Parts: sequence; structure tokens; C-alpha cells
Amino acid sequence: MNLVTREALLSFHRTRTLSVLSVTTIAFALFVTGLFGLVALNLRSALRQVAERVQVVAFVKRETPSQQISAAMSDIAVFPEVLDVQYVSETQALERAQRELTEFQEVYKDLEVNPLPPSIELTLKPAFRDGKHAALVAERLHGFEFVDEVKYGQDWVQRLDSLRDIAGLIGLAIGFAFALVSIVIIGVTIRMTVLQRAREIEIMRLVGATDWFIRGPFLLEGAIKGLLGGAVAVILCAAVFGAFRAQRMGLGVGLRFFGVGEALVLLVFGVLLGFGGSLVSVGRHLRRV
Amino acid sequence: MIRFTKVSKQYTTGTDAALEDVSFHIGRAEFAFLTGHSGAGKTTLLKLMYAAERPTSGDVRVSGFATATLGRDEVPRLRRRLGIVFQDFRLLEDRTAAENVAFALEVTGARADVIPARVARVLDQVGLAMKADAFPRELSGGEQQRVAIARALVNEPPVLLADEPTGNLDERATRGVFQLLCDINAAGTVVVMATHDLDLVRHAGKRTLEMRNGRMVFDSADDATESW
Repeated sequence: MNLVTREALLSFHRTRTLSVLSVTTIAFALFVTGLFGLVALNLRSALRQVAERVQVVAFVKRETPSQQISAAMSDIAVFPEVLDVQYVSETQALERAQRELTEFQEVYKDLEVNPLPPSIELTLKPAFRDGKHAALVAERLHGFEFVDEVKYGQDWVQRLDSLRDIAGLIGLAIGFAFALVSIVIIGVTIRMTVLQRAREIEIMRLVGATDWFIRGPFLLEGAIKGLLGGAVAVILCAAVFGAFRAQRMGLGVGLRFFGVGEALVLLVFGVLLGFGGSLVSVGRHLRRV
Repeated sequence: MIRFTKVSKQYTTGTDAALEDVSFHIGRAEFAFLTGHSGAGKTTLLKLMYAAERPTSGDVRVSGFATATLGRDEVPRLRRRLGIVFQDFRLLEDRTAAENVAFALEVTGARADVIPARVARVLDQVGLAMKADAFPRELSGGEQQRVAIARALVNEPPVLLADEPTGNLDERATRGVFQLLCDINAAGTVVVMATHDLDLVRHAGKRTLEMRNGRMVFDSADDATESW
């Protein structure tokens, strides 16, 4: 085993209490960050589900020749924002209304003339499901002379946009604050480890060890602590998530936990915190001695 | 081996200088005592030798290194050419005598396969071959200082600096440690020993440099300095 690894592991063993404290601190700091991450993740996925309902509908004038509509649909299908385009005839529109708007079933049954116009329904690509792009597509649709009216639920699309903006901004601010607090707490814990081993550092320097050699075991130790802290944080998040879902039962079905990639991000974040915290703490200490 | 030329050191502007206009030279295989009352500047002088402090003015040369202008990256190279011993031993309490000595080799990148033999040899040299596996708390003060000396010697430095190495020892242990330093010196290593044990200095018959209030007031090798 090389010296850096041996010293790092020995230090773990020799300063057990402080090591456990460091790992616990990192774990809790990352646990809080992870929980927030889970909330943000699920909020984002909920907003994405809502956004999937952003649809642009162009009502078509009656008696428009079907060839003209087909030609226009081919043009519309190649709009960069458009994922899917469907034609809904007058009959289909009525059938859907009868199916979906059950409270008006009787009214629709007694109709002699179908009041619903045919329409072209556009589903937008995920990146374009916002007010700005929906309005742009709507404006382009107005260019077709057979289009009577275009609707895309301006009000709620705009409200969704602002909700998304606010959620993003708050998410960024809280995430940044949590990360900052974690870094400070972890930095203090690692500084305690460095101070506890100040004598060893002093002796290393006196016998001619280079600064990088002295840093080595601390950096490895910090990275290992970060990794362990990250792993504990993922386990704690999983436990809280599981308990929450069990309690919510039916309501928790749509919720999702971290994927492998996201869990890895938390672990890597832990390693970086441990490594970075050690680098700063040892560096500051070495500059003073 | 060690040359100070008009060296002054002031820790904080506006306060008295810790060293003022100190010049001397210690040649190959010399043994020199550094004496003076507490606060006379002995430790500062030693610190300038191993580059723990830099002079405010003047030139310091140790083992071919100009320590006044030495870059931070070069300090380890200087320290590998020096052995340093302190009054409080500075041993790692959770390592055995052999591990404390081996530590000095390990952190300077010595090959793992040569370490045990070198540690055994140097522990034998300081008379502690039988206590290699003892922890510092299991050793007497004199023995702990011998471990510290073994650690200082294991890299075979041409210069050994000792800051009050007998300050914490009883008379018998003091004599033993001093004899060990004399033996090390007889093998060709320059030894600079700071002490305020005047009895030891008088009976040793070695070169003596005396400090007072940051100035060198006596050098037994140089009649031109002020009398003591």
C-alpha cells in the first residue's frame, strides 16, 4: 500500500471520533441538499407534465377543401417547434365533446347542427412549450387563409411560464445557499482534522516533506470522507423518500427518486467537497507554518 | 557549512530586533554551542538556519543554500540536508520509536525496502535497538530525545541543529545525550547545540557562541569579538 493511502487510512483510524463527525456533517449537509434536489426534481417533472398539455389549436373555416388542409398540414408538420399535428373533423370534435364533457351530454344529443368547427391540433416539442413559442406558432397559423381562429390558452401558458421561472429561480437560490452552507460546515470540520494533526504536519515539514506530499493523505482522506458522506446522504434521502411515498400512498405514485446519474452527482459532489475542503484547509495551515 | 553575514531579524516593525548584525562561520565537522539567556536570540538563529524564519537583512548560508532567498519549494531540499532536534522531542505519540524514525524516511520518498535496515542501524547508533517497538510514553525523557536524534540522523544530514536538546532531561540523561551528539560530530557531522546549561558548556571544551539581546557577544573561535 502506498504511503499516501496508508497515512489517509491510519488517520481515519487514529482520529475516529473526528472522522465520524466529519462524515456525519458531510452526510447531513448533502442530505439536506439531496432532499431539496428531490423536491426540485419532482417539481420540474410535475411542471413538465403540465407543459405537455400546451397545445396550439387552429380552428378551420367550414367547407375548406380537404386537399388544402392536407397540404397545409404538411407545411405545419415541418415547423421547427412542432412535434405532432392532427386534424380533428367536425364529427370527431363533437364525439370528443360528448365523451369528455359529460355534463353537457344532453345538450349535444339534441343538437340539429354541429356547432363545433373542424380544427388542426399541434403538439409542440418540449423545448418550445412556453408562451413565447406558442404565440409565434399561432401567428404563423393565422397566415393560412382557411384558419378562422387560433387558441393556445394564453393565460395559463403564461402562468405556467412564470411558475417555471419562479421555481427555477428559487431552486437555484436555495440550492446555492445549501451548497454554500455545506461547504462552510465541511470546511470547518476538515479544519479541525488538520489542527488535530498539526504536530504531524510540523514534523513532516521539519524532516523535509514537500507541501504536496503533506497534502496527499489529507486530500485522499477528505475525498473518502466526502464519498462516505455522499453515500450516507443518498441512503437517508432514499429512506425519507420511501417513508413519504408510503404515507401518501396513491398520491405518491407520480413521484420519482434520483436516477443512477443523479445519485452519482451527489456522490461526486461529496467527493469534491471533501477534497476541496481539505485542499483549502491544509493549504491555509501550511501557509502559516 | 553555516555562514551568517550581518544578519538582522525583526519580527514586527517598531519592536526590538530579535537579532542584530550577527556574523559568524561554522566550518566542516565543527561542534558549536550557542548560549545565552532566554530571549537572547538562540532559537531565532536556529530558525534562520532551517528557514523557518527569513532574515530582515543580511545573508544566511547553510549547507550550500542561501536561506534568506530560498523559495518555498526549495525549503524541503534544505531540510533534508539538516537534522533538527528540539527540547520537547516532537515525537508522534501514536507511533513506535522505529515508526517515528521511519516516518522521516517515508515522507522524504525513501525506497520502502531500504527503510527497515536504515532505521535499525540508526536506532542502534543511538543505543535504542532494544526499544524499537516502544511508544514514546513508554520511554524515559533521555530515550525519547535519542529517538528524536535518530530521526534527525536517519537521512544522514551533514548538519545537526539541536535547540535545547537537554533542557527537559536530568543530569545523567543530559550527559548521555551530549555524548551521543559528540559521537555524531566525531563521525563528521556539524553539530550546533543551543543551550543555557553553562556547566555543560564549560566542561565540554567546544567552540562557544554567546548571544545577548540579539547580538553575538562572544565567539570562542574569534578573539576580535567583544569580551564576555
